[in-house]
Amino acid sequence: MIHSLFLINNAGDLFLEKHWKSVISRSVCDYFFEAREKAVEPDNVPPVIRTPHHYLINIYREKIFFVSVIQTEVPPLFVIEFLHRVAETFQDYFGECSETTIKDNVVIVYELLEEMLDNGFPLATESNILKELIRPPTILRSMVNTITGSSNVGETLPTGQLSNIPWRRAGVKYTNNEAYFDVVEEIDAILDKSGTTVFAEIQGVIDACVKLSGMPDLTLSFMNPRLLDDVSFHPCVRYKRWESERVISFIPPDGNFQLMSYHISAQNLVAIPIYVKQNISFFETGSSGRLDIAVGPKQTMGKTVECLVVTVHMPKVVLSANLSATQGTYNYDPVTKILLWDIGKLNPQKLPNLKGSLSLQSGAPKPEENPSLNIDLKIQQLAISGLKVNRLDMYGEKYKPFKGVKYVTKAGKFQQRLSEWLLVHTEV
Amino acid sequence: MSLSYSCNGHICENLLVMDSFVRFLKEREQEQLIKILSFLFYIFRHDDLKEMLDSNKDSLKLEAMKRIVAMIARGKNASDLFPAVVKNVACKNIEVKKLVYVYLVRYAEEQQDLALLSISTFQRGLKDPNQLIRASALRVLSSIRVTIIVPIMMLAIKEAASDMSPYVRKTAAHAIPKLHSLDPEQKDQLIEVIEKLLADKTTLVAGSVVMAFEEVCPDRIDLIHKNYRKLCNLLIDVEEWGQVVIINMLTRYARTQFLNPNESLLEESSEKAFYASDDEEDEDKKAEVTTLEKRKPYVMDPDHRLLLRNTKPLLQSRNAAVVMAVAQLYFHLAPKAEVGIIAKALGMFEPYLKSFYIRSTDPTQIKILKLEVLTNLANEANISTILREFQTYIKSMDKDFVAASIQAIGRCATNIGEVRDTCLNGLVQLLSNRDELVVAESVVVIKKLLQMQPEQHSDIIKHMAKLIDNIQVPMARASILWLIGEYCEHVPKIAPDVLRKMAKSFTNEEDIVKLQIINLAAKLYLTNSKQTKLLTQYVLNLAKYDQNYDIRDRARFIRQLIVPTDKSGALNKYAKKLFLALKPAPVLESPFKDRDHFQLGSLSHLLNAKAAGYQELPDWPESAPDPSVRNVEVKDSVCAERTVLTGPEGAGVLLLQTTRGSSNMQDLPKKRPKALTKKHTIAPSGSIKMYELLHRITGEGLAVEYCFSRQPFSPDPNMVAVQIQFTNNTNSETKNLHIEDPRLQSGMRIREFAEIGLQPTGESVTVVMGIDFCDSTQAANFQLCTHTRKFFVSIQPPVGELMTPTFLTENNFKKEQGKLMGMNEILEKLTLGEKCVNEHVIVERVTATANLSRVPCGSDKECRFAGKTVSSGCLVLVTVTTKEGGGAQLTVNCEKMVIGTMLVKDILQALSQ
Repeated sequence: MIHSLFLINNAGDLFLEKHWKSVISRSVCDYFFEAREKAVEPDNVPPVIRTPHHYLINIYREKIFFVSVIQTEVPPLFVIEFLHRVAETFQDYFGECSETTIKDNVVIVYELLEEMLDNGFPLATESNILKELIRPPTILRSMVNTITGSSNVGETLPTGQLSNIPWRRAGVKYTNNEAYFDVVEEIDAILDKSGTTVFAEIQGVIDACVKLSGMPDLTLSFMNPRLLDDVSFHPCVRYKRWESERVISFIPPDGNFQLMSYHISAQNLVAIPIYVKQNISFFETGSSGRLDIAVGPKQTMGKTVECLVVTVHMPKVVLSANLSATQGTYNYDPVTKILLWDIGKLNPQKLPNLKGSLSLQSGAPKPEENPSLNIDLKIQQLAISGLKVNRLDMYGEKYKPFKGVKYVTKAGKFQQRLSEWLLVHTEV
Repeated sequence: MSLSYSCNGHICENLLVMDSFVRFLKEREQEQLIKILSFLFYIFRHDDLKEMLDSNKDSLKLEAMKRIVAMIARGKNASDLFPAVVKNVACKNIEVKKLVYVYLVRYAEEQQDLALLSISTFQRGLKDPNQLIRASALRVLSSIRVTIIVPIMMLAIKEAASDMSPYVRKTAAHAIPKLHSLDPEQKDQLIEVIEKLLADKTTLVAGSVVMAFEEVCPDRIDLIHKNYRKLCNLLIDVEEWGQVVIINMLTRYARTQFLNPNESLLEESSEKAFYASDDEEDEDKKAEVTTLEKRKPYVMDPDHRLLLRNTKPLLQSRNAAVVMAVAQLYFHLAPKAEVGIIAKALGMFEPYLKSFYIRSTDPTQIKILKLEVLTNLANEANISTILREFQTYIKSMDKDFVAASIQAIGRCATNIGEVRDTCLNGLVQLLSNRDELVVAESVVVIKKLLQMQPEQHSDIIKHMAKLIDNIQVPMARASILWLIGEYCEHVPKIAPDVLRKMAKSFTNEEDIVKLQIINLAAKLYLTNSKQTKLLTQYVLNLAKYDQNYDIRDRARFIRQLIVPTDKSGALNKYAKKLFLALKPAPVLESPFKDRDHFQLGSLSHLLNAKAAGYQELPDWPESAPDPSVRNVEVKDSVCAERTVLTGPEGAGVLLLQTTRGSSNMQDLPKKRPKALTKKHTIAPSGSIKMYELLHRITGEGLAVEYCFSRQPFSPDPNMVAVQIQFTNNTNSETKNLHIEDPRLQSGMRIREFAEIGLQPTGESVTVVMGIDFCDSTQAANFQLCTHTRKFFVSIQPPVGELMTPTFLTENNFKKEQGKLMGMNEILEKLTLGEKCVNEHVIVERVTATANLSRVPCGSDKECRFAGKTVSSGCLVLVTVTTKEGGGAQLTVNCEKMVIGTMLVKDILQALSQ
């Protein structure tokens, strides 16, 4: 299945290689570099690249390309999912998955990769099992290890491997027993020029941090489970209970994990928390243009919109921007042609506005492409879908755990289009 | 760690070399210099590493191995360290050992001779009592790609395939494809191992062995028959990667064994025609028979249904590969009506139309795919929405995507007649776009659209002809002229007029336009020479004196071709055929068509080309192969055994009369069992350890514990008695508790307890069953069934429970011990734990660990114990000799070496605590 893995940074440096079968020369990556160059943007690199003797399947994550080498038929999603699992494992172990952390922990990374695949087929990918085999690095542990000479590697088979709940290790003990759940919703939306919703849906996840002793059996129920349209679960969740009772019943893994993800479809009305009024125009003559963007609250359910950022991808001919912002700071990058306006907290009393002129490459015709406008935001203590956790019950253990639920709404792929219908007359 | 190269003798030499390098490269950039310097340091460090590896300290070794692994990770060559590294393969420090394994697997292929030095370590590892060590020894051994050890690998795999630990068996399954790729000649033997492992009932092994099956013998469908139902039932509990592999394999399997659920309608219609054309009586009858046979309403094979049912919940998996695997399974196997649950046939995708709207920030490949979906979803009802959406795409900054959008509009126009004009209008307007790519793409699409509907040419061409006055983009002008030329016979009045206009502006046009003007002139001359002869002459004359030689050249060439002169040869006759040949109408088709013969979601499907190792998805069979091949006989024998057990002999097995048979139970007053239960339940004494068989959570309220009661099992003295205690924590009665489907290693036997008919809430019931473990610690796996549920459970005995006490005198003991010397004797020194202060504690510890009896002994420094293995009656002799200062020596004599080794380990642990 997966023959080799190469990690490549954004600058094109190959900084880690691992082979699970015989060694494949890193020159195979030349095909990848070729595709990378052609794609311009890292996101546009085709996920599957065909070379004369191999197939390269890659993902781009945290500014790193995870390039795997395949020789025979395998479902591409299988490889892509696995590569994501590798990245998530690094994140879980080192707090973040970046070139620096991978280089700093290269031995642990190597040990992990060794355990995760055997002969190219996944062996142990469950976080709880891996952590028993290879303990994650902590400052204290590395100090103790240097003094005592003990190692980071487990000597016995992780308990989970043989149990029918492989995701949970046995013998978990905490003095403070706690279970926290974060309901995180992202709004994916396309708005037209006037701000009318063309399409909007919600992608939600429930992240959990469960530190409970023993074998707790948890049941999470919602006030309004019918909202959830399309759900997928961590393997610990009992499908049957969800099917019949719409409750999430599970024995949790120990530590951090994603309990479920859900999707609230376009059929439901999705509240759009802010509006953007914008006017970007280019003059036929004089190589210049005008920009005026104003942002205001729309359906915020009485909560404050924070971390508001507006990003505009400008046409190639825009050289610079001379603007003034009533709130926040703006920056125009003439290389990437991205105008970034970091507004911060949205104050309903004093609405932020960004205004000024754009200068274009002299002699160039008025650009025909439309800029697009992307919005980033965050609203604390609100799940925009209205989803609410009703209660969390624990069975199987006697102690009383601390329980907590947090809600956050973010903008996902939230885009406002700046084009008008000009071309096709569609009276049918 | 500081670099310790100062101690090296040749350091001065190296420094001199370095110095000369520095001089030589003085004028070079500093970066280059640093590279060279670091290379030299790198050479020194290697010496340094060798020293560290040779040291006695594990910490130094570990540090060295870490640096070496970091080098490997960076792709640096560390092969010269092989001899120094391989020495450490038997290092006690497990992390050093692991890193040495990493190194070995990486370089063994290059250094085969040296690699052989490590083999014996792994062979020893294969016998280690620790399952993790056994497994990793096998992993490394099988990963070393050295052909000479193939026989050793084969042996190791065979042994590991019947290991008691499912984890080791899983590793064996992983090793199969490794050996197969190293030496394909081992295939037959490996298939035997695969067959054995396919019968394994643990979820841990299932995915890995199917993976091995797919790589080694994917065509041996016959090996799957007996395991088909089991695989279906295990599926939900298998880890996600295994699920993908199993589902894909079962998809192929189903296509060979079941009938096409979507074919019944087709057959009926073809049958009638056949029937009608028949005259002869004989054949008539025959036909009737076949018709009847085929008309038999389609009934899905229950095994086919089982697969569909058991995969469905996996659609909720977090793993996209699993979801995709189920989706393709439904696509290829389910009746049309059910496919909706995964994909919703195209029409059913419609509500999700907007989910495929494209954002400017989507990666290009996603944009193209979404565009494809939108195009396929377009119909009369939604086309105006979709076209509106497409318009925004045309203004995107991503030019490849714009081109794809224009093509998509073209495809919508060909598919939906109602919007053809609208689309054409829109496309025609795009011709005035300033972007050449947009224009070129539009022209291409318009051209294709026009070629497809010749009867409507004139209107559009007229419209385009009018546009020529306004459109300035040369590419667009050129394209329009080509179109008018090509279809000049459809616009006989306009075409000459366009030529007239163009002749007027000829000198001001761009070169590509000029070429097309000449082209138009030539075509008109051939079709309508009366009106255009002079115009053509004029244009050709202008071209003759053009600055561009291409144009001059073209003019000369065309003149020779179309204007007949004495010199013009045979070609002249064919001029019309040359210029006005019917060009084939291009087809506007999806770039994604023609790949449906590949299994959905496969690499081959994505690339639309067969990848190595791709297994064709077979066509449905005409008639279903025998479904009974999937029947498993084991069940029958179990049933037979159960009837014996519930008979008078079986009654003896029960400790509790009240729980014997369900019929008895119902006759009894409801309160009685409670009292009886309490009275009769044997509370296991403190020294007997209880093990969990089923946790109350996994058992959904039913908790089951077991212990080895150490009582002789009367119905069969060769069985170990296992006392099982059921506690019903649910708030309803549990009924019909019994054992089903035991899965045992060969030779092992099981005597079930009789079914417990009814167990009220809150009650505990204890029964005893017998298991013949064949003197191995292999687990006995079986299903514990209630009236509603089945639980997979397994009982794995500690080695000490596989024996039963034997009475021996001191002399007999010594005599027997004398017979069990050499290989059969294991000696181990140990330090007694703090609490093992006296003989009494030692005896207690040993007898708690193993079911042995004490042998009288004269010396107070020695404790002796004796027993026999339950199954084969082999003697087990244990001697503990204490020494001054807490030291002790343990001796175990037993013909069964495995038992001996394991027993030593357990007793050592018990005594040193």
